[in-house]
Amino acid sequence: MDVTTFIQTLVKALALGAVYIMMGLGFVIIFKGTQVLNFAASALSMAGAMFMSILIADRGLPFLPFGNPLAGPEGETPSIGVWLSNLIFTLIIAAILGLVVERLTIRPMIGQPLFAMAVITLGLEFAIRPFNIDATALEGRSLGVPWGAEAWTVADALIPKSYVAAAIMALIAGLVVFFFYRSRFGVAMRAVAFDQEAAMAQGINVGRVFAIAWALGVALAALAGIAYGMAPFPPGGSVSQEIHPVLAFRVLPVIVLGGLDSVIGVIYGGVMIALAEVFAGQYLSQYNSILGSGYSTIVPYLVMLIVLVVRPYGLFGTPEIRRV
Amino acid sequence: MFRRPLLRTAYEQDAAILPTYFQKVAMALLLLATVLTALGAPVLGAIPEFFLGGTWLNPVTNMITLGIAALGFTILVGVTGQVSIGHAFFMGVGAYMAVALGGPGDGVTACVPFHEELGVLDQAGVCGLGLPMWIWLPAAGVAAALVGMLVSPAAVRVRGLYLAIATIGLVFIGLHLGRMLPEFAGDFESGRTWPELQLRFWKEETPLVDMTSDGTWFGLIHLSEEQKQFFFLTALFILFAIAAKNIIRSRTGRALAAIRDRDIAAEVMGVPEQKYKRIGFAISSFYAGIGGALFASYNGRVAPVQWSLFLSVDFIAILLIGGAGTIAGTILGTIFVELTPEVVKRFTEWLGDQVAGEGIVASFANLMLTSGSGDFGPISLTPASPGWPMSVFLWNFVIFGVLIVLFMIFEPLGLFGIWIRIRNYWKGWPFSY
Repeated sequence: MDVTTFIQTLVKALALGAVYIMMGLGFVIIFKGTQVLNFAASALSMAGAMFMSILIADRGLPFLPFGNPLAGPEGETPSIGVWLSNLIFTLIIAAILGLVVERLTIRPMIGQPLFAMAVITLGLEFAIRPFNIDATALEGRSLGVPWGAEAWTVADALIPKSYVAAAIMALIAGLVVFFFYRSRFGVAMRAVAFDQEAAMAQGINVGRVFAIAWALGVALAALAGIAYGMAPFPPGGSVSQEIHPVLAFRVLPVIVLGGLDSVIGVIYGGVMIALAEVFAGQYLSQYNSILGSGYSTIVPYLVMLIVLVVRPYGLFGTPEIRRV
Repeated sequence: MFRRPLLRTAYEQDAAILPTYFQKVAMALLLLATVLTALGAPVLGAIPEFFLGGTWLNPVTNMITLGIAALGFTILVGVTGQVSIGHAFFMGVGAYMAVALGGPGDGVTACVPFHEELGVLDQAGVCGLGLPMWIWLPAAGVAAALVGMLVSPAAVRVRGLYLAIATIGLVFIGLHLGRMLPEFAGDFESGRTWPELQLRFWKEETPLVDMTSDGTWFGLIHLSEEQKQFFFLTALFILFAIAAKNIIRSRTGRALAAIRDRDIAAEVMGVPEQKYKRIGFAISSFYAGIGGALFASYNGRVAPVQWSLFLSVDFIAILLIGGAGTIAGTILGTIFVELTPEVVKRFTEWLGDQVAGEGIVASFANLMLTSGSGDFGPISLTPASPGWPMSVFLWNFVIFGVLIVLFMIFEPLGLFGIWIRIRNYWKGWPFSY
């Protein structure tokens, strides 16, 4: 086994795992807080990435006619500071989008069965996706990543800057979620997840918990969408019409492996699924004629099906207690 | 008895296929409307100026093939309560079984070279045995049912949202198989041709019942090719709908409903949960396979990308909008979900013709449509142009999604729930209850 290839594959897998973790945390926060499995995550994350593209590449504000005051000098690649400030701005817009979606479609459904809520988000997915598809067009929208596809060379192995950036983003996202969990709101959210009525009786504002969970969840999904848009990842520095609309569906195996309501599970699941996917893609490629090109994208689903047979609630999920 | 349709004195009355007068009349009217739609439709055709004019045969026939698959979805999700988002996968299995058995070809080794059939240069050959429909149609259903049984050990163990996610996985695995096996699926983008809907005894030249050319049927009635296929598929749909109704009101159906209502309680009462979940999956996949095979061969050419998540969600929409997990609800839901895009499309085309005129309609059309730059209407008539005014095709997706959300929030019982409310209002009229 070639050491350089191995290191590069490992870095690639960890970077992909970072993206999966960000997206998976978005899923889990929303599921923990509101008992909704957010099937609209793909559309919302793509919308977030699109906002970023509008801000940084079109130098405009979404839905507003005047320009973006945060965009750097015209006609050159944005500096890292400019890009990061726009990223934070984008995340705020995504969070507001999450608030709007929660207020309009999830709040009226409090207390309804899980399936009804999940179907609402499926409907949202199809209601939002056409706008994304229409706005990105066939060739994709640039995300204006300042470091493009540049890479560091560490002992013959190429380590793209975007991979490191994705890992840092995931680390920050993980820390934010960790501290959020310890905060007053986090405790309130866990109480609501445990029992909505009991939480209400303790004076917890359940509506606010819902709102915060959705704002945070959609912002995390948008972050994952942007991170996956950076150069060595398949969309190649842009929001892609082909890849972004199914990104969140590729993360479903991750949250199933970890368990729908486990934050720790997402981290384990994200790394494991990404390792399986990338290493299968790298080291089984001589069987391409049998497995079919692009087989690595279905490895997560196969892993998921096997895990579900052995452990129906994932590795860290809470088994549902069933009473007659 | 006529004055009290809800007074039932025997179990047979309670379990009848159409228990009330209203349902009998409604079903008769629906049948009449179907026949009229097929026979030149003087009802709708008489108003050619309006947007509903023109022939409805093609969208309605498409709707019927999808309706057969929707019946299976109702049995699995509506009656057994197992949420599946993988119905499109089973439709694909059935369709590919059909094309492998019935597709053009003349023996086990005769894979027609791909480029000869399509005019597309591709090295892959597509396989087909050229068998008649009475073989490939049941085989499509059986193959899908077997695959359903095969995945059911995994599906039976998981429940609720985990099951929904697992079945989403099936859809993506199916899409990959479509890309990986061009011998069966054809080109990933353009697909391959499906066997025609023809009743043959074996491989003879002249079919027993000719359905691909205009002509006289049984020496009685002159029909066009489309009308023949429409009547054939409608007959099949009625057959399958009655079969589904009978499954629901039989021992099996009651067992499935018991599992939906409370699985542990059902098991305590002696209903083997695992076995009946497996049966539920098998029946539903059988319907999906038949529906997929008919859908593909009616359309003639289907690309593997067709068996996507969207098709699965279509069935969820049918179930929710129809409501209540009944056969009648499924029929209502199928009509509503599958014909809405067509109505919207025709409406915009009609609006497009009105722009030049004067009056309220013309100004409304101007408001909605974009013709050229500097116009901010939300609908663009030129297809597939990127940028803000979206094409009708994309708007139909938006309408589809919004309809699901609105129905879930305001009328979780769907059209069936609306009907119940209207009925209860008039039952107590002029009192409120």
